Amino acid sequence: MSSGIEALVNREYAYGFVTDIETDTVPAGLNEGIIRLISAKKNEPEFMLEWRLKAYRRWLTMKEPHWGNVKYPPIDYNSLVYYSAPKSVKPLQSLDEVDPELLRTYQKLGISLNEQKMLAGVAVDAIFDSVSVGTTMREELGKLGIIFCSFGEAVQTHPELIEKYLGTVVPHSDNFFAALNAAVFSDGSFAYVPKGVKCPMELSTYFRINSANTGQFERTLIIADEGASVSYLEGCTAPKRDENQLHAAVVELIALDNATVKYSTVQNWYSGDAEGKGGIYNFVTKRGKCAGVNSKISWTQVETGSAITWKYPSVILQGDNSVGEFYSVAVVNKKQQADTGTKMIHIGKNTRSTIVSKGISAGEGNNSYRGLVRVLPKATGARNYTQCDSMLIGNKCGANTFPYIEVQNNTATLEHEASTSKIGEDQIFYCKQRGVSAEHAVSMIVSGFCREVFKELPMEFAVEAQQLLGITLEGSVG
Amino acid sequence: MGPNGSGKSTLAQVLAGNPTYEVTRGTVSYNGQNLLEMDPEVRAQNGIFLAFQYPVEIPGVSIAYFLRSAYNEIRKANGMEEIDPLEFLDLVEDKLKLVDMDQALLSRSVNQGFSGGEKKRNEIFQMAVLSPRLAILDETDSGLDIDALRIVAQGVNTLRSPENATIVVTHYQRLLNYIVPDFVHVIANGRIVKSGGKELAFELEEKGYDWLQNVGADAGAAA
Repeated sequence: MSSGIEALVNREYAYGFVTDIETDTVPAGLNEGIIRLISAKKNEPEFMLEWRLKAYRRWLTMKEPHWGNVKYPPIDYNSLVYYSAPKSVKPLQSLDEVDPELLRTYQKLGISLNEQKMLAGVAVDAIFDSVSVGTTMREELGKLGIIFCSFGEAVQTHPELIEKYLGTVVPHSDNFFAALNAAVFSDGSFAYVPKGVKCPMELSTYFRINSANTGQFERTLIIADEGASVSYLEGCTAPKRDENQLHAAVVELIALDNATVKYSTVQNWYSGDAEGKGGIYNFVTKRGKCAGVNSKISWTQVETGSAITWKYPSVILQGDNSVGEFYSVAVVNKKQQADTGTKMIHIGKNTRSTIVSKGISAGEGNNSYRGLVRVLPKATGARNYTQCDSMLIGNKCGANTFPYIEVQNNTATLEHEASTSKIGEDQIFYCKQRGVSAEHAVSMIVSGFCREVFKELPMEFAVEAQQLLGITLEGSVG
Repeated sequence: MGPNGSGKSTLAQVLAGNPTYEVTRGTVSYNGQNLLEMDPEVRAQNGIFLAFQYPVEIPGVSIAYFLRSAYNEIRKANGMEEIDPLEFLDLVEDKLKLVDMDQALLSRSVNQGFSGGEKKRNEIFQMAVLSPRLAILDETDSGLDIDALRIVAQGVNTLRSPENATIVVTHYQRLLNYIVPDFVHVIANGRIVKSGGKELAFELEEKGYDWLQNVGADAGAAA
């Protein structure tokens, strides 16, 4: 088996093209002047600028965290460009006004901003470099009182919601990358589902980094008001470049009484080449707050891309009887590194959380699960179930598990199951004996391994995820 | 047939192309082709099927998906169109009856949580669906109670035709009460030491293998 491991490696990254488009960028580097410039370009109210500056000043005092089980050369934050926007994106009245070059880009990515998605019943917001280029299905959502638009637009049209909720889940001072994001974030998506409304379609954002040397710092804020529910999908790609690009996003989810938010990610940023050159540093802070009683927040992620992933979508279970879920598939191949997991913070009574993590390591990839389950003194009757499985393909990869459990209430029930397996030669031979090729056998075995997570994904995403997995692992076994 | 450790299963695995076995000498000709040069999946696509003595578990992969993938890859390799899940369902319905299993089997994970008897019946079910040209049943009778044995045998007999061949590996005569062989070959110490008709099986039942094992040892020494 091992002799063939390298032989089949590396299908070309299909999304590695660069779009030639004029951009409006600010000079490289970071200082208060740049932040004021970004804020001015976005025509922001005073409270936003103040918040950004507060974050920036805090950031200056912070140190880049290095507790993650990942290695990378130092990042020069002063050589990065913190704002880049396609020039043509001034105020748009309709999709017809979007630069055709941009629309072609999205078509190459398999995303049509209009008709196709309309048929599929998905509303899409597309972020190109730092700026939202178009949101679809707005009218229909508007009838229900649902607000789904770019973050920048929400700041203009609904500043009261922004001021009320921004930073309430991930404060400006939360961590190094979150503080950096708060200071310089340029756009992102915003969704608000009003009381009692069940959002009738999937909301979706597609992120694309295009410009070189540009960090992408988007910020997403989703609020489900009392009794509301919403399902949100996020996809991402980037061009192939030899240098590393930084992606430091923040996502905040808020579920009020009896509300449900489901957030699904299929992350396929460029992962770098076989030698580990290039690729995205995906340093992301994602957190949800079950603020109300009986509320529920569910994270599902399929992480196949990025050179380095550092990401812990978490849930703060504040409301009594609230539910947090984290379903994750993280795949590393070539020289990819992933340190990912979740935090479940039980504050309210009878709060429940479920963690299902599937880590797959192939090539020379290194995969770590890092998870914290914390039960605070008042969380009577809290329950957690954690299942953490790792699969190894080949013998140059690594899998690690770092579970942390902190319980301060003795009525809590916690279960933790973990397993590590190697994809079996006997399994592959069994498939081959039935006429199935090695590649198909691997993707079949791995999909089976991930089934519990895939079934949590919305239908069309599940198919995409399964295909991606096949591509990422292509050639990992011979 | 042959005693424990005589090389029966090894032969079965080698014919199927298990990569843990290295063939150091000899040739295997199959339909005029050198079998040893073919990858295991190519052998399968050319009609070789091995019913495993110890079928492997594949958690999370349904029998339906697994078997349809196999079926379609074999069709593809033979220049035929793939079939869709609904057509496939029609196709397998009869085959399920053959081994006395119901549709619920299709949604179960491959061999996971199966009893010994279920695993063996599942092998015969797969054989029935893939309709191989050469089927090798590696100790399919071991661990089966009499009812299961009958079901397995019935499956094999139904599929028997002039267009295909079946090698049944066993060390008991018992199975051969249900599956009547055209030829019986006895392996001892890795060699065929005696060949005959079905009556050879009865002779073995009576006399055991000892008298043949000596023959094998001599032959081994002579070679």
